[in-house]
Amino acid sequence: MSTREADFERTLAEQKLDLRPVSIETLQVNTGKLCNQACKHCHVDAGPRRTEMMSPEAIERCLDILRRYRQISILDLTGGAPELHPGFRHFVMEARAMGRRVMVRHNLTVTLDPHPLTGESMEYLPEFFREQRLEVVSSLPYFQERETDAQRGQGVFAKSLESMRRLNDLGYGQEGSGLLLNLVYNPVGAYLPPAQGEIEAEFKRQLKSRHGLLFNHLFVITNMPINRFRHFLERAELYDQYMGKLVGAFNPVAAEGVMCRSMISVGYDGTLYDCDFNQMLSWRVNHGAPHTIWDFDFDRLMDRQIIFGSHCFGCTAGAGSSCGGATA
Amino acid sequence: MAPYYESKDLAKFPDMGKNQPHLWEKFLAWYTEATAVEGALTRREKSLVGLAVAHTVQCPYCIDAYTTQCLETGANLDQMTEAIHVASAVRGGASLVHGVQCRNIVEKLSM
Repeated sequence: MSTREADFERTLAEQKLDLRPVSIETLQVNTGKLCNQACKHCHVDAGPRRTEMMSPEAIERCLDILRRYRQISILDLTGGAPELHPGFRHFVMEARAMGRRVMVRHNLTVTLDPHPLTGESMEYLPEFFREQRLEVVSSLPYFQERETDAQRGQGVFAKSLESMRRLNDLGYGQEGSGLLLNLVYNPVGAYLPPAQGEIEAEFKRQLKSRHGLLFNHLFVITNMPINRFRHFLERAELYDQYMGKLVGAFNPVAAEGVMCRSMISVGYDGTLYDCDFNQMLSWRVNHGAPHTIWDFDFDRLMDRQIIFGSHCFGCTAGAGSSCGGATA
Repeated sequence: MAPYYESKDLAKFPDMGKNQPHLWEKFLAWYTEATAVEGALTRREKSLVGLAVAHTVQCPYCIDAYTTQCLETGANLDQMTEAIHVASAVRGGASLVHGVQCRNIVEKLSM
């Protein structure tokens, strides 16, 4: 089988796996593509010049959905940098007032860079996170400057450490505080990530001994062969090799735990997707199921067929990959 | 003339089991456990040892495989470069220490 047409559904059939939704525990909302960074691997193609942004009406509608469906216990905010959305604080405060767990995909540097559009200081963020008891999930590709800056841009490592220090000072990452600071590792290139437990221990040891910094868990994520990372693979003539590696590392146990079985992803325009990656490919939830927040129907979404593609091998390789790290 | 080494040939390594499968299976079981399963050494440490040896035996297939394995076990370029220096230094030292033999012979032959 050519890796270009790697058939994920055929692999599922061969393995006798039927991956249907098991819950909608998480509503993952992409508030827009505006970001203070432009990372090489970003599957969203986010950056400081992107203008796509969720409307205030769409945010209210997401809050209505949370109000109506208590089964959705987690609001997961992503972007771009979701903190740059003018409705971010309102969105968070309302969801927290409903008692929902709110996670923010926080790139660390956004605290220290001025807002790309308004120039306003974002240094209030750590204190706001603490007040609202947000769970902070932050990308840090490596515990060294060279690897981190190679992927996320010059100066990002130093700023990320400073931002972590501010979060630590408020109690984030400190045992017993209940304030969670989780980091995300993804490989700085066309290879699979290491075992989550092993690299987490190494990150903890290195960040503490070298910089006195703490965090709770490290989530390991495989780079998805779509958008900006796919372009890199194609330019470097590594696409087939990388896909071959993902297909060869297919793990049925990891497949059982794929995140699309327990979440719905919402685009900035209110369209619904099975995951953030399908969102970036504009593959909305399947035919027949309601596909926007305006006609959100929990029961019908639970009956939907999840849309799979060759990139799904990224979530099932090795120990698996999800927004919460390994799945096997 | 076509080059002797082609990176795509690494994927043909299992062909070495085609005519002597029992030997290949024994090799593979031993090789996998020795190089890729955590034991007294971690998988990262084993990967770095493998990378060092790959450079000593100057096998391009092994260098390719162990460079990737080092990255996939979380090693960084500082550690990988240091491992290659260890291997190269031992190899250089092995040549140099034989200078003792040279000196012994000179001493024996000299009046």
